[in-house]
This record gives sequence, C-alpha cells and structure tokens, in this order.
Amino acid sequence: MKRYLPKINSLFLIAVVAVGLSACSSGVKLDDVEAAKKNANVSDSKFVNEPWNDPASPIYQKSFYFDFDSYTVKSSDQGLINSHAQFLNSNKNQKIVIQGNTDDAGTSEYNLALGQKRSEAVRKLLGLLGVSDTQMEAVSFGKEKPKSLSNDEQGRAENRRADIVYIK
Amino acid sequence: MKIILRFVISILTLLAINTVAIAQMQIEITGVGQSQYPIAVTRFLNESSLPTFVTDVVRADLANNGNFVNLERGETEVAENAKPDFSMWSARRAQALAIGTVTALPGGLYEVKYRLYDVAKNQSLGGTSVTVDRNNFRKAGHAIADDIVQRLTGERGIFSTRLSYVVKNAGRFQLMISDSDGQNPREALSSSEPIISPSWSPDGKRVAYVSFESKKPVIYIHELATGKRIILSNEKGNNSAPSWSPDGSKLAVSLSRDNNTQVYIINADGSGLKRISRSLAIDTEPQFSADGKSIYFTSDRGGSPQIYRMSVDGESVGAASRVSFKHAYATSPRLSPDGKYLAYIARSGGFRLQLMDLRSGEVMALTQTNYDETPTFAANGKFLLYATRVNGRQVLAAVSTDGQVKQILSIPGSVVREPAWGPFMN
Repeated sequence: MKRYLPKINSLFLIAVVAVGLSACSSGVKLDDVEAAKKNANVSDSKFVNEPWNDPASPIYQKSFYFDFDSYTVKSSDQGLINSHAQFLNSNKNQKIVIQGNTDDAGTSEYNLALGQKRSEAVRKLLGLLGVSDTQMEAVSFGKEKPKSLSNDEQGRAENRRADIVYIK
Repeated sequence: MKIILRFVISILTLLAINTVAIAQMQIEITGVGQSQYPIAVTRFLNESSLPTFVTDVVRADLANNGNFVNLERGETEVAENAKPDFSMWSARRAQALAIGTVTALPGGLYEVKYRLYDVAKNQSLGGTSVTVDRNNFRKAGHAIADDIVQRLTGERGIFSTRLSYVVKNAGRFQLMISDSDGQNPREALSSSEPIISPSWSPDGKRVAYVSFESKKPVIYIHELATGKRIILSNEKGNNSAPSWSPDGSKLAVSLSRDNNTQVYIINADGSGLKRISRSLAIDTEPQFSADGKSIYFTSDRGGSPQIYRMSVDGESVGAASRVSFKHAYATSPRLSPDGKYLAYIARSGGFRLQLMDLRSGEVMALTQTNYDETPTFAANGKFLLYATRVNGRQVLAAVSTDGQVKQILSIPGSVVREPAWGPFMN
C-alpha cells in the first residue's frame, strides 16, 4: 500500500519535471511552459507517475458506469469507491473533480442535470467514507463530451458514466 | 527568387484567409404557408456596383417568411420614384409591388429608399429609407423586408433580429452571432470546450451562456459590442441554463451548489443570489413568464421530467404547479413573447417540439423529427427555431407556430446547435 502514498512534495516535483519534458518534446515554445503547466492542472494524463495513472494501482480505474436512466452507483463498484476514499483520506491535500456524463438521449440542459446526479452519487458515497467536501467537486458535462461517438447501445452505455479526475 | 517568394506569400495569404473563413449557413425551405401573398420586388436602381444586392436580401427574406411569393426575379431596375405600370403588374397577378433606389451619399454612405404599392388599388402603401455604409447592405435589405411585412400584414417583421448558435467543427466550438437568416455570421467566442444555452438580454446587447472552458459549466455574460464578459455564476458544481427577466435586471439560473440542481435568481451583475425552487429532485431550465411574475421550469419531482410553474418569489411563497400533462417526458420550456404559448420538447416517439396554448391547454406537435432540442421563439412569436437532426446531420430548423412554414439551416460539414433567437432591436 505504501507505494500509493508518496510524499506530496516529491510527487509535485516529478509532475513539474514531467510537464516540462512533455512541453519540450511536443515542441511547445518556452514561453508556453507556464501555459502547459496550467493545462496540466485540469488533465491528469501527463502525471504518468501518479498512483491513479499506475495500472497496478487500486485507484487506476476511475470510471463508474450507470444503467439507463439510473443514478445509482453499482454495488459491484463499491470496492472501487473504497479504494478512492482510502487514497483521498490518506492524502488530505489531494483534490478531485467528479465529472458526470450522459448518453445523447434527451435535451442538453436536462442531461446536464442528470449527469450531475451521477457525479453527486459518487461524491456522496466518498463523503460517507469520510472524504472531505473540500477535496471534492461534483460537476457534469451532460451529453456535451461523449467518450463514445457511436450511437449503438454499447456506445451509449460507455457515455453513462462518472469519472474521478485527480487534480493538482 | 522573387517569384518564389511571392508564391510563398500568396500561399500564406490563402491559408490565412482559409483559417478565418466562416462557413456559410445554407437555408432549405421545406414548407410554405397555405396561401402565399403574391408580391413583385423589382431590382433596386443603382445597386449593380455594390458588394451586396439589397434586392436579393429582400427577396430571400420574403421567401423565408413563407407567406409571400415573389413574382419578379428579373434584373430590370425600377427606381423608387418611378410611376409603376399597374396594369402590367396586375396582369402578372402581383397584389403588391416594391421598387427602390440606392443613392451614394458623401462620406461613404448609401441611402436605400423603397416604396410599396397596392397594385389593385393603384395606390402607394408608403415606404422607408435606410442609410448604411458599404458593410451593411444586408441590414438595409432586412429593414426593408421588415417594412414590407409590417405594411402588408400589420405584424412586425423579424428579419432585422439576430441569431446566436454554436458551431462545432473539428473539436472547436464557436459561439456565432448572425443575421436572422443565419447569414453574416460573426464569432463571439471560440473554445476547445463546449458552449451551450446562449440567451439574449432583452435589449439584444448581451448574450449569457454556459461555457465549459474551465472544465465545468460556468455562466458568462458577454457584451457583444465590446467582447467583454463577466462570470455571472461560478459556484461549486454546475452553473447552467441562464435566462433573462423581461426587464433585463435579473437572470434565472440552475445551480448544483446545494448538491441537487435547483433554480436560483441572480442579478445581472452576479450579485444577490437567491434560491427559489425547493425540491429534492432536478429543477432546471427556468424561464421567466412574459410579465416577469412566474418562472416556468423543468422538474423530475414527479418521477419523470415535466414543466412546472412557480412564483418568481419561489416555492416558499406558493407551491409550484404542473403545466405539462400530455407526455411522459417534457423538458425545455420556452414562453412566447406575448406569454400566450409555451413551446417545449416532449418524448413522443422521438424528442419532438410541442406548442401549448396556455389558455386552452391544447398541445400541438410541430415536427416529425426525432431529436429536437432547445426551441427559441422569434421576437414576433410567429416562428420557433430549434436544433434537430435531419438525415443524420445536426442542423437548425425553423417552423412557424402554425406548423406550415419550415426551413432547415445547416452548415455543410459542421454541427450546428444551441440556437437562441434575439429580440427586436430598437
């Protein structure tokens, strides 16, 4: 378990270096490194050394899938909720955003509210396990940012989802 | 070397032009009024050297209205002060005739003057004169088409009003402001993240919208003339569904700051936030009634989404009452400007635009499409614009409130969504 609880400071250094390297390798101008860092705040994909990006970590899986018209986290996902709660409780400075999503059935504003119910459901379960409200924000993208563009049931199921996003 | 350099420069220029080019909206008229009023709009005198022909704008506007048929498509110019040959126009079955002249004024301005005649009565019905610069001949055409509609039908034309809509192309979202026919588009905002729910201020100077540019829905108010914007609401969670009060001083919004999405009222400067809906369900898509005293909204408090109405002072003052009953799923309420009709989207087979007469409660389906969304009334209440899908393409569509006149507005290769029809401009 220890390897998932590294000191925040060293993690931050690694992250900054990672951002710096990726910025250079992708040809971003030096002036843009600050901008690249800023961007990194909202996307965890660059933090390859973080436990939530380590395939061996119990918090690598960050997506929760929902049935049609449902806002209940599946009981089979309770273990995953527990893992994230444990990590967040051990890293009180770590913040997350929970992003709710819906399939494309229905109107955009109503789906935005439905997606919010999904992210709220995840937030509440984490809260029950002691994760502080100040560490979490539940938001929604509704149907605006579909992960799957396919219109079949498999694609729709893929989009009925809440994602935990770790932020720095 | 010089030639190569010139070649490179011209290529670069071409590229630059291409990157700023904005795709043109195409209008396909798919339904017209049951009886079309025959009018002849002759070519305006002296417009052949202008970048935009005023006559073409007037003719296109009248065609888009759906209740007119223009009998004169030719190039023969007739001056505004000419004496019309009434017997000839009568023989061509025109009931009205519009003739006009463009006159260059000092200072790069142009006067566009037109006159309307009742052909049967051999009588002038009046006319108008509009002065514009070279960039605004479309504006002159819209003003003249509005004047024609006003004089012939007694109702105010909507050609001079504007639209906002969102174009999605190659992962970019652009909030566009265009003429009422989707032409002359200008970009108000470009973002790599979604933009939804634009809403015009009653004075037509500002647009409120929801932008996901900070990776969550935040409400902005954007002043169109300056491009300046303020954050109206950036509370924890979602900030969405802005809609203006009739006097423009307040907005109704949906926020999830208290965990579930509820309706709030906020001053247009972002102050004075006050929660007005009180449920454990989803309450969203608030809309002010025409008199500003009530809020219509979508709620799933009864198990499925339906339209409800409450006092603008909130549910603590009086219980909300349910408004929609005909369908199992009803969202996206929009009030007509006169407050007599309610448009909304119901699941009825597909998701279809409905129009309710608020006095009788009668509901009429206006479309046969399956993915209708985000209806928006024209300023005169006679048309609704909405987003839908036609042959798999995401387009805008307009329908008259009697269901007769229909158009599809599309940009080939792009997704067009989230329309909002602007108010009359004084």
